[in-house]
Amino acid sequence: MDIPKEKLVFAKREDRVSDEVLKTKPRSYLADAMLRFTKNKSSVAAAWILLFLVIFVILSPVISPYSINDKDNVYRAFPSFVPALAHLGLCDGGKIYDSQNEISLTALRGIAEETGMDPFIKVLNENSQTGRFRGSEVKRETYDIKVNDYYALGIVYRVFSYEEFERIQKWQNETGIQVIFPYVLPRDIEGIKSNPNLWYKVDPNGRAVLNEDGSFIPVYATDKEEEGAPYDSIRIPSDDGSYIYSAKKSGSVQCRICYYNYYRYHWGHEPLYIMGTSSMGMDLFGAIGVGGRFSLVFAVLVAVINLFIGTIYGSLQGYYGGAVDMILDRILDVLSGVPFIIVATLFQMHLAARVGVAGSFLFAFVLTGWVSIAALTRMQFYRFRGMEFVMASHTLGASDARVMYKHILPNAAGTIITGCALLIPGIISSETALSYLGIVDLSSFSGTTLGSLLSQGSALVMTAPHTILWPSIFIGLLMISFNLLGNGLRDAFNPATKGGE
Amino acid sequence: MIKYAVKRILYMFLVLFIIILICFVLIRMLPLPQLPPGDPHTKVVMMQRQAMGYDKPYLVQFGLFLKNVVTDFNWGLSDKLYYGQEVWSVFLQKLPATVVVNLYSIILSIPLGIGLGIFAAVRKNTWIDYLISTLTVVVISVPGFVYAFVIQYIFCYRLKWFPLVMKSGTDWLSPEMLKSMAPAILALSLGVIASFTRTTRAELSEVLTRDFMLLARAKGLTPVQATVRHALRNCMVVIVPGIFGEFLGILSGSFVIEKIFSIPGVGSLTLNAINGPDYNIFMLTTAFYTAIGLLGGLVVDLSYGFLDPRIRIGEKG
Repeated sequence: MDIPKEKLVFAKREDRVSDEVLKTKPRSYLADAMLRFTKNKSSVAAAWILLFLVIFVILSPVISPYSINDKDNVYRAFPSFVPALAHLGLCDGGKIYDSQNEISLTALRGIAEETGMDPFIKVLNENSQTGRFRGSEVKRETYDIKVNDYYALGIVYRVFSYEEFERIQKWQNETGIQVIFPYVLPRDIEGIKSNPNLWYKVDPNGRAVLNEDGSFIPVYATDKEEEGAPYDSIRIPSDDGSYIYSAKKSGSVQCRICYYNYYRYHWGHEPLYIMGTSSMGMDLFGAIGVGGRFSLVFAVLVAVINLFIGTIYGSLQGYYGGAVDMILDRILDVLSGVPFIIVATLFQMHLAARVGVAGSFLFAFVLTGWVSIAALTRMQFYRFRGMEFVMASHTLGASDARVMYKHILPNAAGTIITGCALLIPGIISSETALSYLGIVDLSSFSGTTLGSLLSQGSALVMTAPHTILWPSIFIGLLMISFNLLGNGLRDAFNPATKGGE
Repeated sequence: MIKYAVKRILYMFLVLFIIILICFVLIRMLPLPQLPPGDPHTKVVMMQRQAMGYDKPYLVQFGLFLKNVVTDFNWGLSDKLYYGQEVWSVFLQKLPATVVVNLYSIILSIPLGIGLGIFAAVRKNTWIDYLISTLTVVVISVPGFVYAFVIQYIFCYRLKWFPLVMKSGTDWLSPEMLKSMAPAILALSLGVIASFTRTTRAELSEVLTRDFMLLARAKGLTPVQATVRHALRNCMVVIVPGIFGEFLGILSGSFVIEKIFSIPGVGSLTLNAINGPDYNIFMLTTAFYTAIGLLGGLVVDLSYGFLDPRIRIGEKG
């Protein structure tokens, strides 16, 4: 190399050579973990879903016009119905009736004509079958139709006291909504007492006998002898003032009421069931909120208590080691050996009368739930107890408790708390399973639980799948989001174990 | 190794003994079910209770109980659900349903779970791997009864492939029985398949990156040969104990599934005994579930040791 001497210059002559001060801000362990957490798409998505579910359980019992104890005893396991959305085809109370023949279509038309609310929504399918009937070929047309279940209920019989009868009439006059419809005597409808929707001439099989032009022949009662109480309110258009609106019934009156309008009289508003009703007549939308709220609060409470116990237990094991560790470990073996369902049952049987169902259930969860937290804590304490900073604080005269909880615990906190977060889905699923099985009945404590909703719906999987569907979706989402969130937190706090499971 | 195994087994029995003692005392402390007034069995039941030692201290009662169990395997008589029958014989009638359903579901799960796991690990970080992994997380998270309902609705009600509930009878291995058990088997299997998939994928994808896999390829093995002969063998160390553990695990965890599909198994027997209450049956099923749980842990630990000489947990200690 040939470089002229004058070109050589010292890079630094006066300045002292030193490292530059770091210009970036130091990031704490927690901030670092948060950064890793927010980069993980699935756990962020899970956090959003969880947030949504939490908002749902807080708001749904408020939004729902029904409290958890409001149970309608007629609209049971009915599909979702929101009158404001019905004309859009959403939440229209629609239920599919398979293979309906002309007779049942006519019956629906009868309901529509009398109550003025047409249950018929649309035809989904037309099936035609040819079968042999008494030697000749007969073609049968059947339809799969979608029907508004709330309207299709039509008229029901109800027995009222005289005062109640008066009150309903007064309400009718105020609102102009007709609840009570003219009475029909059984002798005019071939003695059929099981179908209150008949107001027209029928044959002994309950089939409508129509006019030549296809209209119904009304058979409303006009016999004043049979009238239960005077009626002075809205009459149906075809009434010339002679129809009677109630029948005698020892000390009370029997009426034919349009249940939909009676509902409005009784509850003060139209039915509004966003997710339909449960088999007990509860509003599922509100009930899932109430049950979910209980599950969440209960699970978090149990997790926090278990975190507390497990940390103390595990820290004693891990810090002292040796004989202490061994004895405590043997106790753990016994505790974790008892199947949880047995623990829960025994606690229910022994304690439920004394501390309440929820209290004994909580005890059952607390008895063994902290075992995994203790194991985690023990591992972490084993890892840290021989480290220099622990020795240093010992040398400086720190007490055992101070070393354990001031020095070691903060280092282990991330791992332990994520372990605790992963406990929550397990608690929720055991709680749901046990209340589904009927081993604990929390309905008197919390109104309802997801497990009770599932068990009430399980008998109706076929006829009203929505009673199972919504609680299942809720619990499924809750589980998935908690698990993803827990996994995300674990990966964020311990990047080394990422994808280990 | 044998010494270690014997030690572990003896220890397991000790834990089992303690748990049974605690549960026994707790169950005996419960108030006895009242007999209906004027019941013709009153005298017999009273004598039975006396024979069981209900008028003596709890430890004496336990001694009597233990003596009966150890000497002639007599777990007492059922006094409510199956009046007067031996609890053990009732239990034996119920056991096959539970075992058969679980056996089928394990048989279904092993090839599917491990297969999917291998597939995901070999195709790591492709869309198929992401799909399998996501499904795995979803299936593991969602509790079994949720998809039991879905299966019941879709396969039994909508498609009418299977009957809604299990058929009665004792022909456990006949095809009709298999068909009527299919929904329950499916519902039980999903979770097990997912957990096998997860274990296999995690383990295999780790093994595939080891140095000896590079050596295997370097010495001329095809990727398939290398995976099957070297990687899979290493994975089995983790997977095989998992299979044992899973089998014993679902044996004790299928209460809900048994209830949904009306399987006349041990789970429903336990539930009936709780609601009865029939304490002798409850005591026996408690002992059964405890033993199954402990056995599960033991088998997993021991099989690790047998399969892989590198891992012999606590052998020195």
